[in-house]
Order: sequence, then C-alpha cells, then structure tokens
Amino acid sequence: MIDKNRNSGLLSLNRRTALQGLAASAGLMAAPGFVRYSQAQSSAPIKIGFQAHRTGIGAAYGRWYEKTTAAALKLINEAGGINGRPVEIITEDDGTDPKRGAEVVGKFASQHKTDIVFGTLFSHVVIGSAPTAGELKMPYYVVSEGHHVASTKMNRYCFQPGITDVKSQVISMAPWIAANVGKKITMIYPDFAFGHDHRDYFTPAIAAQGGEVIAQIPIPPTESSFTRYFPQIPAETEVIYHVMVGPAVLTFVKELGEFYGSNRPQLFGFIDSLEAVDVASPGLEFLEGSHFWEGMPRYLQPDASDAVKAYRNAVGIDENGAAVGDPKDVSTSAHMFGCWETLYVVKQAMEGAGYKGPEDRGKLVEATEALTEFKEGPEHPQGDKTFNGKIHQCFGHQNISVVEGGKLKVVHRTSIEDGLYEPEGDYTTQAL
Amino acid sequence: MSPGNSPKKVYLLHAAVIAVLFALNFMLPEYHHGVLARVMVLAVFAMGYNILFGYSGLLSLGHAMFFSAGLYGAGLTVSHLGWGMAAGFAAGIASGALLALVIGVLALRTTGVAFMIVTMMFAQVFYLLTLYFAEWTRGDEGFVLAQQARRIDLGDLHFNLTDPATRYMAALALFSVVLLATLAIVRSAHGRVLVAIRENEERTRMLGYDTFANKLAAVVVSGVICAAAGAAYALLFGYVGSTFATVQYSILPLLWVLLGGAATTLGPLVGTLFMFYVVDITSGYTSAYLLIVGVALILLVLYFPKGILGTVRERWIKWLP
Amino acid sequence: MSFGPHLLLATLEGLVTSAVLALTALGLSLVFGVMRVVNVAHGEFFMLGAVLAWWIASLATGHPAVGFLLALVVSPLIVGAVALVAERLVLRRLDYNPEATIVATIGMLYIIQQLALTFYGPEARPVEAPFSYRILLPWFGYSGYKLSVIAFSAILLLATWFVLTRTKIGLVMRATQYDRETAQAFGIPVGRVYAGVFALGAMLAAIAAVLIVPIQQAHYLMGLDPLLLSFIVVIIGGLGSLRGTVVAAVLIGLSDGIISVFFSPTLAKIIATLIVAMVLVFRPQGLFGTAAR
Repeated sequence: MIDKNRNSGLLSLNRRTALQGLAASAGLMAAPGFVRYSQAQSSAPIKIGFQAHRTGIGAAYGRWYEKTTAAALKLINEAGGINGRPVEIITEDDGTDPKRGAEVVGKFASQHKTDIVFGTLFSHVVIGSAPTAGELKMPYYVVSEGHHVASTKMNRYCFQPGITDVKSQVISMAPWIAANVGKKITMIYPDFAFGHDHRDYFTPAIAAQGGEVIAQIPIPPTESSFTRYFPQIPAETEVIYHVMVGPAVLTFVKELGEFYGSNRPQLFGFIDSLEAVDVASPGLEFLEGSHFWEGMPRYLQPDASDAVKAYRNAVGIDENGAAVGDPKDVSTSAHMFGCWETLYVVKQAMEGAGYKGPEDRGKLVEATEALTEFKEGPEHPQGDKTFNGKIHQCFGHQNISVVEGGKLKVVHRTSIEDGLYEPEGDYTTQAL
Repeated sequence: MSPGNSPKKVYLLHAAVIAVLFALNFMLPEYHHGVLARVMVLAVFAMGYNILFGYSGLLSLGHAMFFSAGLYGAGLTVSHLGWGMAAGFAAGIASGALLALVIGVLALRTTGVAFMIVTMMFAQVFYLLTLYFAEWTRGDEGFVLAQQARRIDLGDLHFNLTDPATRYMAALALFSVVLLATLAIVRSAHGRVLVAIRENEERTRMLGYDTFANKLAAVVVSGVICAAAGAAYALLFGYVGSTFATVQYSILPLLWVLLGGAATTLGPLVGTLFMFYVVDITSGYTSAYLLIVGVALILLVLYFPKGILGTVRERWIKWLP
Repeated sequence: MSFGPHLLLATLEGLVTSAVLALTALGLSLVFGVMRVVNVAHGEFFMLGAVLAWWIASLATGHPAVGFLLALVVSPLIVGAVALVAERLVLRRLDYNPEATIVATIGMLYIIQQLALTFYGPEARPVEAPFSYRILLPWFGYSGYKLSVIAFSAILLLATWFVLTRTKIGLVMRATQYDRETAQAFGIPVGRVYAGVFALGAMLAAIAAVLIVPIQQAHYLMGLDPLLLSFIVVIIGGLGSLRGTVVAAVLIGLSDGIISVFFSPTLAKIIATLIVAMVLVFRPQGLFGTAAR
C-alpha cells in the first residue's frame, strides 16, 4: 500500500539529505565570491536530534513533522547550511511516551552527540523530556503549541520559537467569536491538561468580551463515543466551542451532526479536531458553515504569498493541504509549519551566537533569548512573529476559517496583540 | 528450586552483581551509564511485581497504580507542599503501602483471572483519578520537579540527584536494598509459604497456614517496592505524569519479569535490561522496531519458555535463587 | 434536555456499545473458556478487522453498502486466517502454557500493531455506513445505522448460541472446554478444536470491528479498549457462560452511559469502573459462573 513506499523514503532520508547538504556546501565553498563561510573552522555537520512521534498516539502528526523538517533541512543545506556547516538531522522515535522521550534526549546528548534537540509535539513528552534536557544542558526546541514552555515551569534550555502557545491562541479567538458567532458558549473539551488549558484561558477571555461560557463539558480521554454527553448542552447555547484530539475526533463531529441535524447552534472548533482528516469525509457535511481556528491555513488561499506557495511546494502538499499525488493523505497543516520555522530560528540563533560546538550551548541559549521578532518571508511563511526571550515563547497571527463547500476559507486573521498576555515568569534569571 | 542448598554461592552471586553494578559506574560510557541508572529503578518496579507474580503466583494487571502511588506520593508532596527529597520518598512509599493494603483486602477475595481483572480495574480507577484531580496533577501532561529542589542535604553532605553519578548511586542503593530484601524474603519462612500457596493453595491452608494473611503481606510488600521505584523515578528523573498509571505500565513489569525469569531474584533486572536494549537498538535501524520486539518476544518464549534466568536455572545452574 | 429523553439517549448509546462489546467479548470468552489461555492480542484482531474493513471498502466502488457488505464477509475471513496461522505456529508449540501464551500474544500485539502502522498508517479513517438514515425523535436525532448494529449483533449472538448448544461442533467445543483429557480420550481432535476456536474468536472480534467502523474510525491503536472491556465482560459474566457474557456486556454498556447522566463524565467513568470492580470482588465467580473448579 501507499504508506510503505513513503516510509522507506523517510528511512533513507536522513543520510541522503545530509549527503546532499554536504555536496551543496562543498559546491558553495568552491563557488567564487564565497568569502564569509570560507572562514568556517570546520565542515563537520551540525547535528540536530529530532524527537519524533513515529509510533504511538502522535504518529499521524509525527509523519508530517518529519516531512516538513526534511523539506526545511534541504533548503537550509542548499543555501549553505548553518555557519557554513551542513546540517544533519538524526531522528529517534519517542513512541509518544514521556519516559521514552526522556531516554531519547539522553541518547541524543551522549550517544549521537547532537548539538540540540528539536521537534517534539505532544505536551506530556515535552514535559517528560524537559528535566533531562535541562540537566544535560541540551537546548531543546519544541514545536508543541502547549503552554508548558511559556509557563516558565520548564527550564532555561527549553524553547518554543516556531509556534504560538495554546494560551495565546485561545485568548486571541475570543474577540472575534463574541463579535461574530455568539456570546453564550458551551465548551466541549477533553478532560485532560490540553482541554483544561482551553477551559481556563478561554472562559475569562470571552467574559472580557461580554460573552459567557454557560456550560463546560469535559470528555474523559478514554471515551470513544460522545452522543450521550450532548444532552448536557444547554438549549440556549449559541456557540459550541469544541476542541477534541486523538483518533476519536471524527466520531465526535459525526455524532454531533447526527444529534443536531441541520438545526444546530453555531460551531467553533480548533482544527486539532480534524488535523490529518479530510474535511470532505463522509459524515462531516454538517460542518458546512462552521468555524475553525487554524495555525496556518490548510487550503491554499487566493491571497497566499509567494513564501507560502514555496513552502507548500517544498513540503509537498497540494492546494487542498493533502500530499501531492495522494489526495486522501491530509497533512497537519495547522501545526507542522512550526518545524520549518523553528529550524530557521535555530539557524538564526546559531549564527548569532557564532555557534561552533556543544561548548557554545550556553551562548546559543542566550542568542535565542536575544531574538525579538521574525519577519514574514520564506523562513517564516506562516507570518511575522514576536519572540519573548524571557518566557522562550513566540507569538504570531492566528487564522479563523469557515467551512465552505467542504473546504476551509480564512475569514479572519488575528493581530499579534490579540494573543499577548502577562508573562508568568522569567527564564533568564536561571543559571545556565 | 532449592534455596536452602548453597547459601554461600547465592550470597556471593548477589554481592558480585551489586559489585559489578558499582564498578560499572566508573566504567560505562555516558549514555549507558544513564540508561543503567534508569533501568535499575525500573528493575525495582519489576522486582516488586515479581514478589507477587513470581513467588505468590498472583497475576496482577494493575501494578501501574502502585508505581504511580509512589510517583505521585513523592511528586505531589515535593512540588505542592515543598517537602524535601527524603520526606517525599517516604510519602511515596507510605502512599504505596496504604493503597496496597486497601487493594489487597479487596482484590484478594478473588483468585486467578478475576484477580487480574479486578486489579486492572482498580488501576484504571487510579489512572482516571490522576486525570480527575488535574488541578494538582496536571493530568496527562504531568509536571516537573524543579531541578534545584532535587537535592538532599545531610549536614555537610550534599547530594544533587540531577548529577549523573549521584543518581546512579542512588538508583544502585535502592536496587541493592530491594534485591537483598527480595532474597531475604524468598529464603524466609514467609517466602516459602508464598511459593507453597502458588503451587497449591488448598494444601497450604490445610497445613494450617493463614493463606490470606500471607498473600496480603505479599501484596503490601510488592506494592511498597513498586511505590519505592515510582518515588525514586519522580525524584531522580524529575517528571510525574499519568502516563505511568496507564495499563501499559502494568503490562511492562509482567513482561520484564516473564522475560528475565519469574521467581528468580535477578530475573527482573535481566528482563528490564534486555527489553530496554532490544527497543533501543532496533529503533536505531528501523522505525518498525515494534515488529522486531514482537518477533523477539515470540522467539524467546518459544525457546526460553521460563524466561532467561528461569531457563538457565532449569538447564544449567540449579541453585540459582 | 429533560431527564426522560436524556435517559433514552443514554440507553440507546449504551445498547450500541453493549452490542459490539458482546460480540468481541464472546470471541475472547470462547478462547478463554475452551483453551484456558488469555489472548492479549484479541484487541488487535479487532483492530485488524477494522483496518481491513477500511481497505476493502475503499477498493469497492458504487453504493457504500457494497463495500461495507464485502468488508463484513471478507475482513473476518482474513482475520480468522491470520489467527489460525498464529495458533498453529506459536500457541500450539507453547502447549497453551498460560504464562508463555501471555508473552507470545503480547508479541503478536506488537507485530500486528506495527504492521498496521506501516501499511495502513497512523490516521483514523472512516468507512461509510451502508445507509445513512437519521431517525428524527422529538428531542434529538439518532443514527439509524446504530440501531441496525444492535439488531445485527443480536442475530449473530443468537446464531452463535445455536451453534454452541444445538450442533455437533458446539458439543465438541463444550466437551473440550469441560475436560480436555477426556475429550481427547473420546477421539475429539483437541488440537483442531483449539485452532478452530482461536480463529472463531478472532473472527467474532473482526465482525464487531466491521460493524463499528462506520460509527468510529479505524485506527491502529483502537484495539486496547475493546480488549480491556472484553476481559471485564468475560469475567463479570462468568467463564464460559454465553448468557453471562451477553448480560455482562449489556450491564457494562448501559451502566457507563446511564451513570454519565448523573455525574460529570470522568467521575462517571470512575464510579462505573469501581462498581463493576466491586461486583467482581463480592462475586468473584462472576454473575453466571459456577464456583471455580
């Protein structure tokens, strides 16, 4: 079947892309006018450990995180690498498990001797791995959208510079929802930390806009069917705010459709519910007209910039956000751009720090903390962002899309200011 | 098994194992040094499981709750009440003891497969509770113990549990204590009654032994050891999360014990170590490493049906405890 | 929504869960009862059934019912064949040693899961229901397909009951279950009975999975929940009791749904799990089991 070929492609990818990078940088060295990088002390590759969810519950995301990372790596190496050195990505599977995650960070540090670790998505793996990263003084760049790093409860070596955290995302949705969808809101969310973040940050944010959360329905994570919880949705509900994750989400949306039919309240959801799932799947017709948060639009928008188009081509997704050549293989567009952007942040920080090897990790941390903003462009196709070096978190624009003809169309783009909040601490006071 | 025959050899063997593990602290490359520290803590978990499963013949599928009781008992008191490492460790063990006592009284009304299911369901309740009280536990995400808090000060002595060598020694200390305790239990009268219960509970009762009390003691000892492993995990590795309460972490100690050899004192360590390296090495070659793990398990059980040390004992070293 | 309709909805939902659970658990119960081994890979046979259903349905063209019906026939057959091979190659050589079987079936669990991940992928994929009739009640809408699942499952359970109690195959199976040695002495090919029972158990799980994929999606990690629930059902129902298995499945399916009417969902799960555990604590032989031999 289809996946077999793809997987074997991925397997051989590390070595091949690294070789291409080597070849490319060798070519650059020989090219005339090459001055700056010829000073580079060493042509040994910079090694980046990629903590990937290849197995376990995060595998659907993990596969696209790998694709996006490979695409960015290829471009970075073609453009001369980092500090004139080629970049090599070493991937280890963490099984989407916090224990294995911590082991993998240890393996990167002492076995593979990577310069940094990068790419983790699921929050429990990030939090499980963070202590190990801190103890080993291993810069750890996650692409998770969790609020863990920004909560300043991790440590000075943890960063999230490529994707906005959930607290900021949620806060920035409130003004638009209150003004355009409705003010009486019922929240349905998984009864674990990710859902609680939504509950805790959205409830006050919508209240500040004159709205009200009239019911909160937490769903146990062990649940695979949802209909019996729907009667708890109050009849006066104007908007159902839903954010479900995991393989059962499609069931959730379908059952909501069966329950309400066409006579439903407005729906606002986080696309996390439908990442890697075709919006035009059977049973999802009733989503027509409902709204979703998207980190980066899945469908190619008419006003897309050249940078966005180049990014999509490099990653290999078509105008519907599915893999080129396989329309059923839908990407995790709203999140995976973070891998791309994070790699470019790493490049920027390493070059700022004059990074030479593991002994410069402290300098790299400080150089990352010194970053303040990222300009929209090929390196940051999702849009411009600000970076708060004290809480190690970036803040960007968010998109709100409506389902129209089985496709997602962006109707609103928040400003960065919509998602700002008071920092909860300061990593820079911690010792390196 | 004839534990009474060669006590000298037995003690020598266990002392040698501990000595080798001690020596390895200075010899192992950095990566394997870190791995072994973790494996020793997890092997303690497996040893606790072995007391109940290997020696008493009670197959539990709920031991994740005892491990997690230690994990949360230590983690919550340290992070929310600001307790020190030693007090947190004690709190973890106390939580495990209390939980094991309650669960033991209830679950021991059942036997065989029903025992397995009941323990599994209690463990599921425990897991859901860690999610339900997310305000303190942060549910599935879990929480970290601050690096600067993970140290022990005894007068002028300072132990930094985030330092690899200290951590290794702490893990080894726990491992050695539990290993010797297991050996003592196995060779004690209580241990022999447990084995007798495993082989024929009815006959043991006829001989005048209170089988319920003996089994309950085994559950509590087993629970305490597993909780000690959980508490040590929280303090040494700094992470507490509900993943460790899922059924997967109840199946793992069973697997480690069966691989290493049930009812052998050293089997849990061998099984844990073996399983870790099978996953670690195969995942370096292919992303489909679970396939290899699965095949390895089947081959092992086909050709070493009593586990690694169980087979060694059966075929070669008869005196192995 | 007022209390009555809410309860009705919870009951309907509970019955759908029960129906699928009863089929899956029946498969486990047969293996458990006749062969006296714990098949940890049972949930993976369920998952395999679902994944194959998606594959078969995606090959078929035309009306969704064509693909679905094809899957309903072909998927259990393939799963049964896989189970048969596993039984012959592994379990038989272990001589059905209970502990070795647990490790071996954990091994199978990993193998099947990994193969599903490699060839099917990590995504959750839906199979279109054979028909999409939405029943409109005064208070809420309900999927007609879900009701048909209850009916179909009931028919299958009746058929299994008939085979077990009224046919020679059933007699042979019951004899083997009751006393393996005596059965052998009476010329029953115990080895072949075991192989057949193992395959049949897997096929029942696969059928349940095909019925569920239009409601829930096929996913390579979907096997764990049905495995755990089936264990619970089998033990609560009492070993080897068909009636017990069905009653326990209904009890567990309904209690989960109905308790959720009164408590917050996670608390409801906790209470439901505790209640079932307590039933077992105070009635260890299960509801319909006889005291252990």
